[in-house]
Amino acid sequence: MQATPSETLSLATYPPEVRQQLFRYVLQLADTSLILGHRLSEWCGHGPILEQDLAMANIALDLLGETRSLYQYAAELEGQGRTEDDLAFLRLATEYQNPLLVEQPNGDFADTVVRQFLFDNFHYHFLQQLQTSPDERLAAIAEKAWKEAAYHLKWSSEWIIRLGDGTEESRQRVEKALSNLWRYSGELTNPTATEQALQSLGLIPNYATLIPAMQAHVAKVFEEATLPLPTETYMQKGGKEGRHTEHLGYILAELQYMQRTYPGMKW
Amino acid sequence: MVAETPMPTEERIWQLLEEVFDPEVPVLSILDLGIVRGVQVAGEQVTINITPTYSGCPAMNTIATDIRLRLLAEGITQVTINNQLRPAWTTDWMTAAGREKLEAYGIAAPVNGTSTGHVLNLFGQDTAVRCPLCKSEHTHLVSQFGSTACKASYQCDDCLEPFDYFKCH
Repeated sequence: MQATPSETLSLATYPPEVRQQLFRYVLQLADTSLILGHRLSEWCGHGPILEQDLAMANIALDLLGETRSLYQYAAELEGQGRTEDDLAFLRLATEYQNPLLVEQPNGDFADTVVRQFLFDNFHYHFLQQLQTSPDERLAAIAEKAWKEAAYHLKWSSEWIIRLGDGTEESRQRVEKALSNLWRYSGELTNPTATEQALQSLGLIPNYATLIPAMQAHVAKVFEEATLPLPTETYMQKGGKEGRHTEHLGYILAELQYMQRTYPGMKW
Repeated sequence: MVAETPMPTEERIWQLLEEVFDPEVPVLSILDLGIVRGVQVAGEQVTINITPTYSGCPAMNTIATDIRLRLLAEGITQVTINNQLRPAWTTDWMTAAGREKLEAYGIAAPVNGTSTGHVLNLFGQDTAVRCPLCKSEHTHLVSQFGSTACKASYQCDDCLEPFDYFKCH
C-alpha cells in the first residue's frame, strides 16, 4: 500500500498490519503530549511570575487537547472497545511510548524552558508536515495543533533568548539545563521500526526532512541568546520503545491514582 | 391537546444557534465566534458540525450540551453534534458583530488578517491592538497567554488598564 499525494486514507481502508502499526504510533504521539502536558501542569500555582504560570498552564491545556484527539483516534484504530480514558489511565509505564525528553523533571525554570524548546522545535516542524499526511484524521489533528504549537515555540524560543542573554545566573542555569537535556533531543527524530514502516508507506513525515529547518531555528535562537551550540553527540533513547527513565513511574503513579484506586470512577 | 412540533428547518436551527452563547465569553453567540461549520436537517434528524477554537478548549462540551438543551426546548430531540477539526478554526471567522460585542465587553478583538505567519516573529506582537476601554492603540503585550486559551494579556500605555486580547489564530 503506497498512498499517492492526492489520495486520502482513513481507518476503514487500512490492512490489519498497517492499522496495528498506526495504532501503536498514534498512541506514541498521544503519550508524548500527555506526559509533557502533565509535567507543565505541575507548575500550576508555582510559576516564577503569574503570567508565566498562566503560560505553562495554557500550553499544558493545548497539549491535553491534542492528547484527547489522538487517544480517541487510537481507540478507534484498535477497535477493541477501549476508550481514551482506558488508554491514558490503565496502561503500564512499559507500555507508554513517549520519548525520554518529555518525562524529565521540571527542575528549575531553565530546565523546563530548555525541555520545552527542544520539544516545541520538533513538534512545530513535525506537525507542519503531518498536515499533508494522506491519513485524513492525523492531518486534521495536525492542522489544529500546529497553530497552537507555533505559539509554544515562540514562547520557549523567547525564553531561551532571555535566559541565555540575561544575567550571569540565568545564563549559567540555561547552560546547565542544556548540558543535561540535549542528549534527549536526538530520540525525537530517530525513527523506531514502527515509524520507519509508516514513513515508507508515506503516512507520516520522514524525520530527516525536518532536521534542516529544526537546526536552522536552533542556530537562530542560540545566536540571539549568545549561547554556544551544544557539541555533545551522544544521544540517549528508549522511551519510544517503552524503556523509560525512573521518572515516568512517578508521573503515572500520580496521573493514574484515581482510576487505579477506584476503578471506573467518574466525576 | 398537544401542539404538534413543526419539522425543524435549517433556517430555524441557525436562528436557535444564535441564542447559544460561549460560556467563557457570554456576550458572544457561537455564530459570532464562527465555530458552527455546518447544519444539516434530514426529516427530524439534525446534524451540527462545530469546531473547537483550541484543541483543549474546555468550553466545547458545555457548548454541545447548551446546543442540545436549546433545541430540546423547541421539541427537537434527534440531534447529532460532530466535532470537526479541519479546516482549523481561525479568528478570521469571527463576525463583525462579534468583534464589536467583544470590545464592548472589555476584550480587544483580534486584528484582522494576521491569523498566521506572524507568530514566529520572535518578540514581535500583533500590530495596533486597541485598548477596549479608552480606544488608544498605544498598548503593549504582557504575555501571549491569558485567562483562557484563546486570549493574550495586554496593557494600555495611556489609561494603564490591563486587558484581554482575543489573539489571532
